[in-house]
Amino acid sequence: MNAGAAILWGLRRDLALAMRSRAEIAIVLVFFLLVTSLFPLGLDPDPVLLSKIAPGIAWVAALLASLLGLPRLFAGDHADGSLEQIALAAAPLPALVAGKVLAHWVATSLPLVLLAPLVGIQFGLEPVSTGILVATLLLGTPVLAWLGAIGAALTLGARGGAALLALLVLPLAVPVLVFGAGAVESSRAGLGAQAHLSLLAAGAILSTVFGPFVTALAVRISFE
Amino acid sequence: MNGAAAVGEDRLEVEDLACAAGIRILFDGVGFTLGPGQWIRLRGPNGCGKSTLLRALAGLGRPVGGTVRWRGAPTSDTREQWHAAFAYQGHLPACKDGLSAAENLHWQLALDGEASSPARLRELLGRVGIERQARLAYQRLSAGQRRRLGLARLVALHRPLWLLDEPTTALDADGQALFGELLDAHLAAGGLAICATHLDLPVGAAAIPLELGGRRGA
Amino acid sequence: MAGSGFFRFSSPASFFPLAGRLVPVFGWLAVLLTVVGLYIGFLVAPTDFQQGESYRIIFIHVPAAWMAMFTYLVIAGWSAASLVWNTRLSAMMAQALVPTGAMFAFISLWSGAFWGRPTWGTYWVWDARLTSTLILLFLYIGLMALRSAIEDPRRADRACAVLALVGSVNVPIIYFSVQWWNTLHQGASVSLTAAPTMAATMLAGMLVMSVAAWAYTISAALHRVRSIILEREAHARWTREVAR
Repeated sequence: MNAGAAILWGLRRDLALAMRSRAEIAIVLVFFLLVTSLFPLGLDPDPVLLSKIAPGIAWVAALLASLLGLPRLFAGDHADGSLEQIALAAAPLPALVAGKVLAHWVATSLPLVLLAPLVGIQFGLEPVSTGILVATLLLGTPVLAWLGAIGAALTLGARGGAALLALLVLPLAVPVLVFGAGAVESSRAGLGAQAHLSLLAAGAILSTVFGPFVTALAVRISFE
Repeated sequence: MNGAAAVGEDRLEVEDLACAAGIRILFDGVGFTLGPGQWIRLRGPNGCGKSTLLRALAGLGRPVGGTVRWRGAPTSDTREQWHAAFAYQGHLPACKDGLSAAENLHWQLALDGEASSPARLRELLGRVGIERQARLAYQRLSAGQRRRLGLARLVALHRPLWLLDEPTTALDADGQALFGELLDAHLAAGGLAICATHLDLPVGAAAIPLELGGRRGA
Repeated sequence: MAGSGFFRFSSPASFFPLAGRLVPVFGWLAVLLTVVGLYIGFLVAPTDFQQGESYRIIFIHVPAAWMAMFTYLVIAGWSAASLVWNTRLSAMMAQALVPTGAMFAFISLWSGAFWGRPTWGTYWVWDARLTSTLILLFLYIGLMALRSAIEDPRRADRACAVLALVGSVNVPIIYFSVQWWNTLHQGASVSLTAAPTMAATMLAGMLVMSVAAWAYTISAALHRVRSIILEREAHARWTREVAR
C-alpha cells in the first residue's frame, strides 16, 4: 500500500470508529466547557477581568481537553492487537499513523474549535478577539495532536496512565499556549496577531511533517 | 539444510537467533532453514519464549543477536517487502469490539491492500463457517467464532509465510479440522508456516520440530 | 567486539574501570573550582550599587541555570547516539545525566527564590529565566518519570531517547516563547540579571562556577553510570568479579 492509501485507511477506519463512539467524544467537549465555566466560579466574575483572561483560559481548557481525548488514539488498538497488525502492515507506518491522528483531530479537536465562540460568549469576548481565538485554536490544535500522539505512543504499556502523559505533553505544549493566548492580547493592544498566527502555522506544518515519523518510531519502540 | 536461497524462492533462514526479556536471556543459538511446503512446529514449556520467537521474527521486538533472512535478504533491511511476505497471528485478535465480524474483516483486508466487496466478505466468512455471524458485533462472538474469523483473514491474504501463535485455541473439533485443511492447502501451494503450539495439530504434512526451553534449538 | 582507540570504550565492560578512574579527577576539579568561584563571588567581586550583598546568589543561580540547559542538550546528544548506533552505553550515559541536570534546574530555582525574597519581598517572580528553568525542570521530571514507568530497560532507553530528542527540539522554542511572553508583560519583569551591569570580576566568578558545575556533572554522571552498568549488566560474568 502506498502512503496515500495508508493515510486514507487510517483516516477512514478511525472516523468510522469515532462515529460509533460519539458519546465518548461528546464528553470531552463537555469537559472543555465545564473547565472554562469553573474559572468565573473560582474568580471574581467581573466582566472586564473575564474578558481579559478569556483567551488564556480557553487555551488551558483546550490543552486539558485534548489530553483527555488522547488515550482514544492508540490505547484501544494497542489493547486488542490492532496496533500490532498496523505496525506489521506492508504500508508505511508513518502514513498509517498520520491517518489516525488526522481522524483524531477531526473527531476531537475540530468540534472544540467550533465550540470556542461559546467560550467567547461566556467571557464576554468581543467578536474580533473571538475570531482570533478560533484561528489560534485551529492552527494550534494540530501541534497539540502531534505532541499528544508522540506522548501517547511513548507511554503505551507504561505505568502511570493519564498523569504521566500529561507530564510529558504539557511542558512541550507551552509555546503553543503562549502564542495562542498571546495572539488575542496582542491584537487587543493594537499590534496585530499576524506574528503569532504565523508562528502557530509554522508549528502546525512542522509538527505535521515530522510528527508521523517520530510517532511511528515511538510505536515501534512500544513493541520491543 | 543450509543452501543459499536463490533470489525469488520463498525461503526463511534463521541463524543464531537470541532473545531476551529485560536482562534475562530467553533463548539463544536458534537457527533453522524453512523452504516452500515446509512447516515448523514450535514447542516448549510455558514461558520458554515461543511467542517471543515468533514476534522477533515478525519484527515486533528486537532480538539481541542473530540474523533472519527471507529470500536471501536480511529482513531488517527490507522491512516493507518482509511485512508483505508473512501473516502473523498472535494472542490478540486485532478486532474491534464495536464492529461486526464482516466490518472487522473488511478493515483488516483493506489494511493488507486487499479489496473486499460484501460478496467477497460473505464468501470468506462462509469458508470458515461463520457466515451467519457476519453482522454480529465482534464482542458477541464466541471464542471459537473469533478464532475462525482470524482464519478467514489468513485465507484471504495469500501470504507465503504464516507465523501463528497457538492457532487452534478455543476451536472445536470441526474448527480444528478446518484449520488442518487450510494449513495443508497452504503448504501444498508452496507456502511456509511456523506454528507455536503445545497441542497436536490435525495437519497432514509432517512438521519440522523445534523445541525451546533451556536447550539450544535445532 | 574489539575496537581500536576510542571505540574500545564503547562496551560497558571496558568503560567501567575508565569511569572509575575519572570520577575522583573531575570530583576534585569541581571542589577546587567551586572554592575559587565562591571566593571570587563572595569576597572579591564588588558590592553591587543597587542590590547590595544579596545579589551574590547570582554566582550560584546563573551557573546552575546554564548547566541545567547545557546538560539537557548533552543528554539529547547521547540519546541521538544511542538511537542511531544502538549502543547501550550511550543510553546509559543519558540516563546517568538526567538526575544531575534536574538538580541544577532545582538549585537554580531555589537560589532564585532566595535572591527574590530580600530584593523584592517575594519568593517567586515570573521572569523569563526562572519560568524557562521551571519548564526545563518539568521536562527533566518527565524523563525520569518515563524511565521509571517502563519496565524493560532497553525499551526505556529508546523511549527516553525519543522524548529527550523531542524535548531538545522544543527547548529553544520554549525559551523563545517564554522570552516573548515576558517582554509582552513588562509590568512584572524585574529580571534577575538585567539590573547589575557585569563587572569583569562578576563575570569571571560566574564563569569559574559554571566550569565547576560542569566538572561536578561529569563526575556525578560517571559515578552514576557505574551503578547503572552494574545493575544492567548483572548477568554478565565480569560484574560478578567486580562485586567480589
